[in-house]
Amino acid sequence: MRHVYGWLLLTPAAILLVAFTHYPAVATLADSFFSAGTAVRPSRFVGLDNYAALAADPVFWQVLRNNFWFALGTIPTSIALALLMALWVNARLPARALVRLSYFTPTVLPMIAVANLWLYFYTPQIGLLDKVAGLFGAPSHNWLGNPDTVMGCVIAMTIWKEAGFFMIFYLAALQSLPPELEEAARIEGASRSYFFWRVTFPLLMPTTLFVLVNATINSFKLVDHLFILTKGGPDNASNLLLYYIYQVAFSFFDTAYAATLTVILLALLAAFAVLQFQLIERRVHYR
Amino acid sequence: MTTVEKIAAWLLAILWLSPLLYAFWAAFHPPEFATTFDPLAPLTLANFEKAWGYAPFPRHFLNTVILVTMILGAQLVLCTLAGFAFARFDFAGRDLAFALVLVQLMIMPEVLIVENYRTMARLGLVDTILGIGLPYMASAFGIFLLRQTFKTIPRELEEAARVEGCSWMGVLWRVYVPLARPTYLAYALVSVSYHWNNFLWPLIVTNSVNTRPLTVGLAIFGAPESGVDWSVISAGTLIAVAPLLVAFLLFQRQFMQSFMQAGIK
Repeated sequence: MRHVYGWLLLTPAAILLVAFTHYPAVATLADSFFSAGTAVRPSRFVGLDNYAALAADPVFWQVLRNNFWFALGTIPTSIALALLMALWVNARLPARALVRLSYFTPTVLPMIAVANLWLYFYTPQIGLLDKVAGLFGAPSHNWLGNPDTVMGCVIAMTIWKEAGFFMIFYLAALQSLPPELEEAARIEGASRSYFFWRVTFPLLMPTTLFVLVNATINSFKLVDHLFILTKGGPDNASNLLLYYIYQVAFSFFDTAYAATLTVILLALLAAFAVLQFQLIERRVHYR
Repeated sequence: MTTVEKIAAWLLAILWLSPLLYAFWAAFHPPEFATTFDPLAPLTLANFEKAWGYAPFPRHFLNTVILVTMILGAQLVLCTLAGFAFARFDFAGRDLAFALVLVQLMIMPEVLIVENYRTMARLGLVDTILGIGLPYMASAFGIFLLRQTFKTIPRELEEAARVEGCSWMGVLWRVYVPLARPTYLAYALVSVSYHWNNFLWPLIVTNSVNTRPLTVGLAIFGAPESGVDWSVISAGTLIAVAPLLVAFLLFQRQFMQSFMQAGIK
């Protein structure tokens, strides 16, 4: 009876999960070995042709590079800021609740709304960034229209959006540290920086690794802002893998190639998931 | 904590809040004051009126509310049943099934946009609110969270209810669900904020005003090509985020705790 009950309870969720997660994942892999079908030419098996096209596609390599720089630009800075924020709001600070609230607020805003607000900062001449630069006599600059600065703009906004979210994990970890440690350190006369680097930071290592993996996965999923700020431009300078998949599938209508790109994205996400699983298994502790 | 650090902490807080503060400034003042910060600038609600008129906000609001309610309702039912099955029934293939559920934590529906769009086309659900919500209804995160919670509930309570003549469904409804209330609240907050803010999949699957949620409406409205000025865009942006922002300000602590639980899993 327990077999029947168990499966009966699971069935509704299982049907939807299979239909929208497992089936499409497998179908994507299958599609990547076929050509895109049209009304006159049905799709046919082409083996690894799509992957050969992918290897020869300079835009694919560029979005992969961009994704790498986007991850490298956002992750270490937002983690460092998150830790700093957590240390600050965990200490005795006047108006602490208000400060914590300010740090966390960007997390609850939709990326689209955030991009709308930030777009204004980056607009040439009338934008806030140009106005501030103008005070120092700097010439007007098209921040989002220049391939050299566009990635920096996107990275700055993403750090602003994510740091407060990572802060709450550090805050929880800090609050779970035994207070005797700090008392003991004070009695021993250890300086605050010594205590931080020798005691707090190592004890927070599991949190840091956890946040690191999550931030990496996020950096591959976060593309909403590109729709407002840059549309991946100029000349793909700010394009990311998931946005490129969207373009290939829904602007260029090449579903076979989009499936091939999705396989690469799935492989990357799977690799990070395995990494995350191993980290959880090992439970990095320094006690 | 030194004074320098305190000042640094406050400055960072002001910096972090400034994009939002600027949006409030631009939205509540006439357009000519959008880039000049004159403390004596007159206050106005004209930008909100214009934004409300430029885009069909009432319809987008309605769509978003229908969407998040529908998703949350379905998630609560489906995840409760599945979480209960995993926590209390030792059925054949349980561990394999659970591993397959967890796959969704890694592959969120928005990564599979191409295939899922094709499925929606086959089902005739393109440009429907049900089409936006369907891929998210069986949430691996919800199943996982409820399974963990149900597992912590002592079996004795369940046995007592069974002795009293409660059916399986009665046990679930009268013992497990009430005791898991904090988990349901945390999950509901995360789910509602996620789907209130979700953009990519709704953008792909909708193509008319009658189904587009707020985020998609806002993206069209705020696009630079639309030629609307900053004050109006700021007003529109504030309209779209207001309900969630107000809820967050009222229930800060729950929000932060729920987001944390969601992240740690």
